[in-house]
Amino acid sequence: MGAWAWLIPLFPLAAYGILIACGRKLGDRSPLVAVGAMVLATLMALAVFLEQLGGAEPYVWRAVWAVGGDRVITAGYTVDRLSATMALMVTVVGTLIFLYSIGYMQGDPYYSRFFAFLSLFCAGMLTTVLANSFLVLLLGWEIIGLCSYLLIGFYFRRRSANMAQMKAFLTTRVGDTLMLVGILLLFAQFGTVDYQEIFEALVHGKAWSPAAVTLFGLPVPLAVLGALLVFGGPVGKSGQVPLHVWLPDAMEGPTPVSALIHAATMVAAGVYLVARTYPLFFYTPDHVALEAVAWVGAVTALLAAFMAVAQDDIKRILAYSTISQLGFMMAGLGVLGYTAGFFHLLTHAFFKALLFLGAGSVIHAVHTNNIKEMGGLWRKMPITFGTFLIGYLALAGIFPFAGFWSKDEILLEAYHRNAAVYWVLTAASFLTAFYMTRLVAHAFFGSFRGPAHPEPDPWLEEDYARAGVRNPHHGSHGHGSHAPVPHESPPVMTVPLVVLAVFSTGVGFLGAPGTGPEGGSWFHHFIEFEGFREVGIHAPGFSWPVALRGLGVALAGILVAWRMYGGRKRYSEQVRSWMPWLVTFLRNRMYFDAFYGWLFVRGGLALARLLRAFDTYVVDGLVNAVGYFTVLIARIDRIIDTYVVDGLVNLVGILTRWLGWILRYVQTGRAYNYILIATLGVVLIVVWTLWRL
Amino acid sequence: MAEAVAFYGLTAVALGASLMVVLSRNMVHAAVSLIPVLLAIAGYYVLLGAEFLAAIQILIYAGAITVLILFVILLTEGATGLRVRPRNEQVPLGAITCLVLAALLIAVLTRTPWPQTRSSLPEYNPGAVGESFLTAYVLPFEAMSLLIVACLVGAIVVARREE
Amino acid sequence: MIGLEHYLVSSALLFAAGLFAVLTRRNAVAILMGIELMLNAANINFVAFTKFVSPELVRGHIAALIVIALAACEAAVGLALVISAYRHLETVQVDEINLMKW
Repeated sequence: MGAWAWLIPLFPLAAYGILIACGRKLGDRSPLVAVGAMVLATLMALAVFLEQLGGAEPYVWRAVWAVGGDRVITAGYTVDRLSATMALMVTVVGTLIFLYSIGYMQGDPYYSRFFAFLSLFCAGMLTTVLANSFLVLLLGWEIIGLCSYLLIGFYFRRRSANMAQMKAFLTTRVGDTLMLVGILLLFAQFGTVDYQEIFEALVHGKAWSPAAVTLFGLPVPLAVLGALLVFGGPVGKSGQVPLHVWLPDAMEGPTPVSALIHAATMVAAGVYLVARTYPLFFYTPDHVALEAVAWVGAVTALLAAFMAVAQDDIKRILAYSTISQLGFMMAGLGVLGYTAGFFHLLTHAFFKALLFLGAGSVIHAVHTNNIKEMGGLWRKMPITFGTFLIGYLALAGIFPFAGFWSKDEILLEAYHRNAAVYWVLTAASFLTAFYMTRLVAHAFFGSFRGPAHPEPDPWLEEDYARAGVRNPHHGSHGHGSHAPVPHESPPVMTVPLVVLAVFSTGVGFLGAPGTGPEGGSWFHHFIEFEGFREVGIHAPGFSWPVALRGLGVALAGILVAWRMYGGRKRYSEQVRSWMPWLVTFLRNRMYFDAFYGWLFVRGGLALARLLRAFDTYVVDGLVNAVGYFTVLIARIDRIIDTYVVDGLVNLVGILTRWLGWILRYVQTGRAYNYILIATLGVVLIVVWTLWRL
Repeated sequence: MAEAVAFYGLTAVALGASLMVVLSRNMVHAAVSLIPVLLAIAGYYVLLGAEFLAAIQILIYAGAITVLILFVILLTEGATGLRVRPRNEQVPLGAITCLVLAALLIAVLTRTPWPQTRSSLPEYNPGAVGESFLTAYVLPFEAMSLLIVACLVGAIVVARREE
Repeated sequence: MIGLEHYLVSSALLFAAGLFAVLTRRNAVAILMGIELMLNAANINFVAFTKFVSPELVRGHIAALIVIALAACEAAVGLALVISAYRHLETVQVDEINLMKW
């Protein structure tokens, strides 16, 4: 089956082509094409996965793409346990979200375009997953970046969406550029971009030149530099600090997009990339690059969790939660928890997709994003509430849901390898439970408060009017023409929720201790980094104290939050009055956005002005000086021309005319004059001849 | 002796009539004076044993060309030239040049030791001329005929009254 | 005894007379008549040389005949030109025919 794996990304790509070409004709039938393609891709991915499950050897196919001198660039795909698992996860989650979108996007004037973009995204994502080299990876990477841009700005009439899409694109571009530089460095060092060749060279430890680059006064070996540059891509795409600022704004896109791209798959691509290219990080002196990854992840996990606490927008809370969880994954990978990090990626994809789709369902019902304007929904939307609750408990890390197992593994690895990271992550997991409880308490409990200020969006209304459909009121821009009465969503939306809830519950047991050989987990056995075995690193066994401490912290977070936000008496006002500065600080997202706005936007503008001034006065000045000089020379030249060159020419003309004036008397035009002259000539010749005789 | 008488007589006629041709103010007189000159030259040809040529000279020159000239004089207004200045401004210089040239020619022609041939002309020279024309000089003969045709056509085209 | 030189002197005088007409006459027809005189003078030489110097093939007679034919052509074309010029310019005085002169 591995040989047929190339079909997996091709199905959604074909769907994209069909939808772009004749989406207008297909109209409401567009989802059938997209969902059909995704189902086929899922079946294909499942077949490939089952084959890997059966113990098949990794399959690599490559073809020569370009040849430059003695360096050959290949393109192809890799099927191994990691990519097969990832591909299956992407297709399963993708299919469910496609299904959900059928209901959610119903009536949108750009219905088929939406599915076209989603399909293209899936194609790009699967290309990234199955890539065999950095170059093919980059191909898929850029496609998903493009799709992210297109889908965040899907409501392109909205200015905030335009700003968000630009922000997302430019911010991730920073990371992508670093990654491109890293790939070029790899190519320069190894002469290839093929994973396998690079990794083999790395294992034998002969590839990196021992040269070091001095950065900020520190000697950085090239190996570390290369790894960190490549890590720039994941930092951007996976929203790690300091490039996380785009992800909350990306929630401007339709909720299924947030669920698929900005929670489950695309942002996970960064984590996947680190896992995929793990040898690059692992074979650095003292695993320095991995330590950097761990710290970036830990800091991200904590800061994002803090920021999530103070948000009121349900999707923003989930977005910060995503950033935080991605930080967990990175930290897991960084503390040598290769399996743990990837396992968390897998479980998180399911429960975060579930949470986003649940949030979408809620937004669909109440026409607002603000959790303060919800309340008491558990009674009105029982299925949504039930499934959301499962996702919530999974995210918070409560036994026995998926999040518990994966987070516990990360914490376990961190506990054994890097205590500081462990404590940071523990604090983050407390906050995770806290903000999620806050969200659930606000949205589903208490009494329904209703939207305070329904704000119609004039642009969007115009769009709907032109398309001749009724505004379906999705997102926060719905406008309550009739009093909003929350109601359960249609089955096409709730069924994916239920399926995802089942996954969110069950998938964690794959990583439960005792399910695999030697008391380890099955997933650990299934996916493990080979480099560990050679170096003699063994995964730490299950530890009761760590597990109980993790669970206890999560429960504590839930209880504290419930005391503050749930029930009758609310302590949140009191807390707010104690620490108003903290609330402001967190509400403003720790001033990251403001700082970037000041530094890069203002700074960029200031630099632009400076450069304009430079342009105006120096560059233009030079050009003008050259111009003036040329004109001056031209003037001088004209004088010379007029009086010297023209004078000479005129002189010749005058001389000729004068000569002609004289000589024309010779040319009488009278034949008898000529004959006379000729005769005289004859006479003279004869006389002269006779004289000589 | 008779030959000498004939020669000097012919010479006197030729030179006297040619002076009339050159000097006469009246164009008709000049044209008519041309006839004795040409006839005298025909007489020379007879003396020189070219009887055929003499006949041609009389036929073409004295007959055709002189009549042609007379016609043209009559066709052009004021052709007699009596009311206009007959000569241009280079008469003195022209006269001197002509006299000097004549003197030089006479000097050169008479002082040159011409080779004297013992052989004589063929008996019947029209036959000799015809034979020469159709054997050794056939190409000039044909060229001549072409030239004459071209001249006749050209003369007609030039002189034709334009419609 | 009349020899070659007699004829040559006579022809030289005739030639000079014809040349004088060509050089001094204003009337185009008179100039043509001068040309005829010069041609005849040349013819006399041809015929005289044939008799006294080179009688073979009667070359001089041939040349004289060709000259006569040419003279006839020249007279025809020249007189046609005179008539044409007269028709256009109302004159046969060659120094008055100066349309193409500066």
